[in-house]
Amino acid sequence: MNDFKTNYVVTRSSRASTVAMVSGIAVLAVLIAAPWWAGRADLRLMAELFLYLSLASLWNLMAGYAGLVSVGQQAYVGFGGYLLFALTMFAGIHPVAALGIVAVLGAIVSIPVAALVFRLRGAYFAIGTWVVAEVFRLSFAQVSVLGGGSGTSLPTKVVKSMASGRQAREWLSYWLALALVIIVIACVFLFLRSRKGLALSAIRDNELAAGSLGINIWWTKFTVYVVTASLTTVVGALIFLQKLRISPDAAFSVNDWTAFVIFIVVIGGIGSLEGPIIGTLVFFALRETLADLGTAYLIALGLVAIVVMLKAPQGLWGIIRSRWDIQFFPLGYRVKGSSLNPSTTGRSKMGRSTLGSTDMGSTEMGASEMGRLEDSSNKKPTENSD
Amino acid sequence: MPEPILRTNNLTAWYGDFQALFGLDLELSDGEVIAIIGANGAGKSTLLRSIAGLNQSNSNQIWFRGNDIGALRADQIAQQGIALVPEGRQLFASLSVEENLIIGARSGRPGKWQLSSVYKLFPVLEERRHVPATELSGGQQQMVAIGRALMSNPELILFDEISLGLAPIIIKSIYEALPGIVDQGISAIIVEQDISKALSVSSRFYCLQEGKVALQGESRTAEREDISRAYFGVVQDEACHEGQI
Repeated sequence: MNDFKTNYVVTRSSRASTVAMVSGIAVLAVLIAAPWWAGRADLRLMAELFLYLSLASLWNLMAGYAGLVSVGQQAYVGFGGYLLFALTMFAGIHPVAALGIVAVLGAIVSIPVAALVFRLRGAYFAIGTWVVAEVFRLSFAQVSVLGGGSGTSLPTKVVKSMASGRQAREWLSYWLALALVIIVIACVFLFLRSRKGLALSAIRDNELAAGSLGINIWWTKFTVYVVTASLTTVVGALIFLQKLRISPDAAFSVNDWTAFVIFIVVIGGIGSLEGPIIGTLVFFALRETLADLGTAYLIALGLVAIVVMLKAPQGLWGIIRSRWDIQFFPLGYRVKGSSLNPSTTGRSKMGRSTLGSTDMGSTEMGASEMGRLEDSSNKKPTENSD
Repeated sequence: MPEPILRTNNLTAWYGDFQALFGLDLELSDGEVIAIIGANGAGKSTLLRSIAGLNQSNSNQIWFRGNDIGALRADQIAQQGIALVPEGRQLFASLSVEENLIIGARSGRPGKWQLSSVYKLFPVLEERRHVPATELSGGQQQMVAIGRALMSNPELILFDEISLGLAPIIIKSIYEALPGIVDQGISAIIVEQDISKALSVSSRFYCLQEGKVALQGESRTAEREDISRAYFGVVQDEACHEGQI
């Protein structure tokens, strides 16, 4: 980036991202201290929120950046939960140590799954992943030592081995959830900021061009899939460590671990790191206020999703970003003090993370004479035809 | 003739269930610019896609700089120094002009092409470097596509229908940039509908017809009548092909 002789500086951060980092650290300190200021129910709710945020960030990495729209992430959530139960119950491993083993096993099991589902594309990929998750559910329902179809509870001995005293256990599982969400968001952020991150956006936009520019598409997607699967398995393990009970239907629930997660990402803003955070907050706000209404609650969720998709396809974060041009996670490149045409500087701060944004501000073109001379059908990338 | 930089050896390719290339032999020497002409469906784009690795071909069918690249994947071929400017530009819609160019440099091949040299070739891109690539006019998008390919510092660059859908004045300005590219010793294969344009920038040409080479020769001495015969596969009425080419 430093090849220019002119006097402008390309930077990735902005004032908003610096402010966000400082306030992020402050919020983090408050959250770490939560056991001293929050009640037991609040702690549980916050831990659950962190776990959902982890799932949403991971799903967003896959769907929003790598273009892998999986409807089968519950396979890894459930797998992680069952693994944790098996490792602690039968191998006598400490639950916290088991989380590390779960991460490795999750990655290992996702490799043959990836080899299988990567043969499918688009909608077939989505359905394929769901089928795999159902296979996982039916398989675990056959394991009688883990309770078969009706499931099992974590033995008191294992629960007590976590920490002495109920309060210490609750604090520990809260901190584990907080640590996990930080790890997940940090992983996603660093991954997207690396060279692979730009490649990922390129693949999502146009596989053909990405491939012919030297990006190994299969390998990039595969890496994302395996990393996501591994972390999702750990999230699953923590979810069921909190619940203390597991059954195939709960562990491999497409509603709980995928549909709600997709809802969160879509209303928050797919293809941005901030989107899942906003989406999770909105989802929990809706759930805590409307869940008593039963079916009406699900109808309300559906309506919210439809309205957001129609009115703001980029999600709530998309609205915020286009109105105030801010970016809390500095992923794109920005320019300061351009010596060039001043009219370009105002528009120079685009975020990178919009999905399929061919519709962006096409009215603003035509500033050059070239634009006017040409056939308007060329303004959008055309389908590759031969 | 020196050892060719690129050679296809009985190249076959399929477009879905339909065979598009039937045993194509083609040679390109170092620093040479050749044109591929032919009617729609003659296999021109398929040929470029095969060379770039986007179409499956077999080992021993394509040789580049003495290496068998026939069975390699697209990204491996790009690393070897072959860059494609795809038909329809195929820019990354969510990335800015500059990010599109940076992606081109991913192969990490050293050379003179970098952001500053691409901006020197197409100054308008520097002015619009932070604009989303697909907000540009068609001609500017084509410049991004060319610049993106150059950023990989290729030894061979493949141009697929770079004038498609652009106004004549834009086509002219893009073709004026071409000598600045190939003078650097880069070899090029140009697929083009506009035959006179293709012949004017190339030293040799291959005319494809139904997946086979129907005619090849020096671009300078090419006879229009021979080309139109090879192009359409039948002897046409004089008045008809005058209008066509």
